[in-house]
Amino acid sequence: MATRMSQWGNDLYTGRRSYEIVGTKRRWFMLAGAVLLISAVLLGVRGLNPGIEFRGGSEFMLSGVADSEEQPAIDAVASIGDAETPRVSTVGDDMVRVQTSQLTDVETQQLSAALASAYELESNQVTSTFIGPIWGQDVTEKALRGLVIFLALVSVVMTVYFRDWRMAAAAVVALLHDLVITVGLYAAVGWEVTPATVIGFLTILGYSLYDTVVVFDKVRENVEHTLDQRRYTYAEMANLAINQTLVRSINTSIVAVLPVGAILFIGAFLLGAGTLRDIALALFVGIIAGTFSSIFLATPLLVWLREKEPRVAEHTRARLAERRAAAGVTEGDVAAGAPPVRVGALVPGQHLGARAQPRRRKQGRPPGRTS
Amino acid sequence: MVSALFGGLLAGTHWSDASMTPDLALDLEGGTQIILTPVSENDERVTEETIEQSIEIIRQRVDASGVAEAEISSQGGTNIVVGLPGEPTQDTLDLVRESAQMLFRPVIVVTAPTPDEVAEDAESASDEEAAATDESADAGATDEEGASQDEAVQDEAVQDEATQDEATESSPEGDAEGSAVEPTDPSDFAWVTDAVLEELGALDCTDPANLTGGAELVGEPDEPVVACGADGSAKYVLGPVEVEGQDVASASSGLRVNAQGIQTTEWATTIDFDGEGTRKFRDVTTRLLSLESPRNQFAMVLDGLVISAPQVNSIIIDGNAEITGSFTRESAGTLARQLNFGALPLTFVVQSEQQISATLGAEQLQRGLLAGLIGLILVGVYSLVQYRALGLVTISSLVIAGLFAYGLITFLSWAQGYRLSLPGVAGLIVAIGITADSFIVYFERIRDELRDGRSLRAAVDEAWRRARRTILISDAVSLLAAVVLYFLAVGGVRGFAFTLGLTTVIDLLVVFMFTHPVMKLIARTRFFAEGHRLSGLDASALRSGVRYAGRGRVTDPSQRGGRGTSPAAAPGLREGERSEQTPVTVPVSSGGPRMTIAERRAAERRAAQPSVEPEGDADRRDDGKDA
Repeated sequence: MATRMSQWGNDLYTGRRSYEIVGTKRRWFMLAGAVLLISAVLLGVRGLNPGIEFRGGSEFMLSGVADSEEQPAIDAVASIGDAETPRVSTVGDDMVRVQTSQLTDVETQQLSAALASAYELESNQVTSTFIGPIWGQDVTEKALRGLVIFLALVSVVMTVYFRDWRMAAAAVVALLHDLVITVGLYAAVGWEVTPATVIGFLTILGYSLYDTVVVFDKVRENVEHTLDQRRYTYAEMANLAINQTLVRSINTSIVAVLPVGAILFIGAFLLGAGTLRDIALALFVGIIAGTFSSIFLATPLLVWLREKEPRVAEHTRARLAERRAAAGVTEGDVAAGAPPVRVGALVPGQHLGARAQPRRRKQGRPPGRTS
Repeated sequence: MVSALFGGLLAGTHWSDASMTPDLALDLEGGTQIILTPVSENDERVTEETIEQSIEIIRQRVDASGVAEAEISSQGGTNIVVGLPGEPTQDTLDLVRESAQMLFRPVIVVTAPTPDEVAEDAESASDEEAAATDESADAGATDEEGASQDEAVQDEAVQDEATQDEATESSPEGDAEGSAVEPTDPSDFAWVTDAVLEELGALDCTDPANLTGGAELVGEPDEPVVACGADGSAKYVLGPVEVEGQDVASASSGLRVNAQGIQTTEWATTIDFDGEGTRKFRDVTTRLLSLESPRNQFAMVLDGLVISAPQVNSIIIDGNAEITGSFTRESAGTLARQLNFGALPLTFVVQSEQQISATLGAEQLQRGLLAGLIGLILVGVYSLVQYRALGLVTISSLVIAGLFAYGLITFLSWAQGYRLSLPGVAGLIVAIGITADSFIVYFERIRDELRDGRSLRAAVDEAWRRARRTILISDAVSLLAAVVLYFLAVGGVRGFAFTLGLTTVIDLLVVFMFTHPVMKLIARTRFFAEGHRLSGLDASALRSGVRYAGRGRVTDPSQRGGRGTSPAAAPGLREGERSEQTPVTVPVSSGGPRMTIAERRAAERRAAQPSVEPEGDADRRDDGKDA
């Protein structure tokens, strides 16, 4: 397998085998757009289901509990039909604290009775009150402010590093794409959004940018002197960069997804609801979306932006025209297009065609004479 | 170098291991639950809004003390529940428990800290003078304040006593008479009634018990109070509250910048008031400026203790006050922090303080770690399959990164109060991917360079040069996220940012200090340099196709990267592999200057039909030693 993979890597590197990703960018844009739209609609229609930590809820204190097991409380909450998992903790030596989502008066009485019978307590040993959010508005506000400032800063850093604001723009678009998809999936699944989920979203944000930057660094390397050479167009060089980093992208995402998948599997199937499941789902989806967007969204977007630039557009037109001319296609016959060109790393030792030979400097000068 | 690193690492982990395993956060370990109830005579101040403000301030205080993730929420609309992980230290508990209400009150009387009936004698007056100059850091310029100023302070202070005595003498009936004289403004001596004086006389500010502060010392906002200086060097009679702590927008400390914009060596604390605070503070400074000392001072009272009582030197109209005086860097910083975080809108008392169990079951952590372990094993297997022996480098690097992370977290939880929460554990597991990516980027680069026909040693150097850039910029982005979020966000987000920053730094350290040196070392071994089939750098797999190697030689990758293998032996030995390796297209090897057409065709034929016996002229292409 590894041999085949490295063989495949060879072919991708030299361009013997190449996947046309930039060229079919319209398809990927449409795909990404459709997924985004679905996510947005899901978000709008179903909305997110914020947990107790965000909304606050009801709190029950059971005092004088002989056996401070947690399970009876969880069962009691389930018995009154509350879908959310309560937060159960023991307080002091003989008290149990049960936090649930906001209950109505009737539900509160039911649950009090259920809890009292579950722990064999008198009804006056169960007190209820309501509790405010742990993850208050101020936490969210500060996090958002931090994010906005971070995005601004990272755009500046990337613009300076890549010497191209379009790369920063494409990376941020890819990032938003990943976030919306991940959040949209949460809306679709209907799982409760807990602080752990939010941390998961933030991790995705970091991963998505990281992955995009790695791919873009290869793009940067490939396209650095695009305008100084006459062999390939900008789009082809960018596409080559994607192909050359494809093995890396696949390996990295598998390596990143394997542990997360393990958490998701254990969290969702063996543990049921809980922090692990919440965070692992966000990460699992986010890593896949992040890898996808770095390859299929960010780079084509970058090329699309760059090709709007007159210099690049002119360069591309000139290359295509030359190829048509070389292939003997007349200018009028545009439909025939240029023959496909093998785009790959320049491997020494291969014939590059007559055009690669040095040209004679002056046509008319007799050879062998120095001026 | 590597062994030195290993030694250092081992020593580091060993040493920090001595301070136990890492501390766990509230969700995994449980901790202490403190319920705070506001004390306030008039209930309308206890609103959702003020509770919310208080929660925000308490959260800031807890965050400022380390990276422990506290759970803070309101309960029943009036109480605040604070969950602190583990067994919090006394300092952390104090941060939460102490209501720390910050109030600005005008100073009416300053006396010596010792209990005294009425400070009249010369000794106490001079004490007081000392107190007034030492304790009160004067606002604004300090140049005018020379020896004569000291004298003046003393004189006025004595005069104050006289006035005050007159006032008390003129009101023999005490409270009734005192209240009959209606105070006109908060600095009026009419506030100093017999009861207040009695309290003042009885108060002993040299007794440390009176210097702890507390909610019961704060007093009513529209009544005068008697208070001690926080360092016990003076006691004060203070007028009603004029500006409240929450009117302070921000406070900071730094070296004072004089009017010419030149930084001086004097430490100062700068207070920035918000809109309402600016207006109130302007009124206060306008009134106080015209008064005699010590009534031209205003006191900042934190939990009933005067933390600073600067003199007003000018009217502050823009809400930006600067306090200078005998500050050190620490004391200026402390004052700024007290001003920033001390501004609770309400006063709280601790209603209960109890141990609380972990909010998540212990099984969550166990399963999480189990999942992480399974994930790691899968990653190990995958990288072995993908990179063969190079996978071992990945695995050992990951193990080192893991040891590093464990040691660092243990160390930080001991030194900095860092606590590992379950999201933190998940973050560490994701970090496996990001750390492994650095190696993958590096290895793929090495392969790319090998594909270009470099020798392994050259390829490692060249690949490192390029991969380093990529690793640095991508980690810089992660690090930027970590730093920005750490400094701007609060609560759980801050904890996340810390973990992210930590793992990114570890990633960089491991790649630079371990993986790269190891690669350089193994590039020298025969096993890797010759591209053994199991080395992950299998030259035949990486360099397919006959390749012109310069100086009239052609290398054939099926012969171990062009090392001088006998052409006769090679095809026979590696028949099976070669059929798999048959190039899809035959690259046209351009003839070197010394290659004849026949030779070139022979090379092509051999490449196309590997099983054909090599011809006699093949010895031309088997000497690519320096390829």
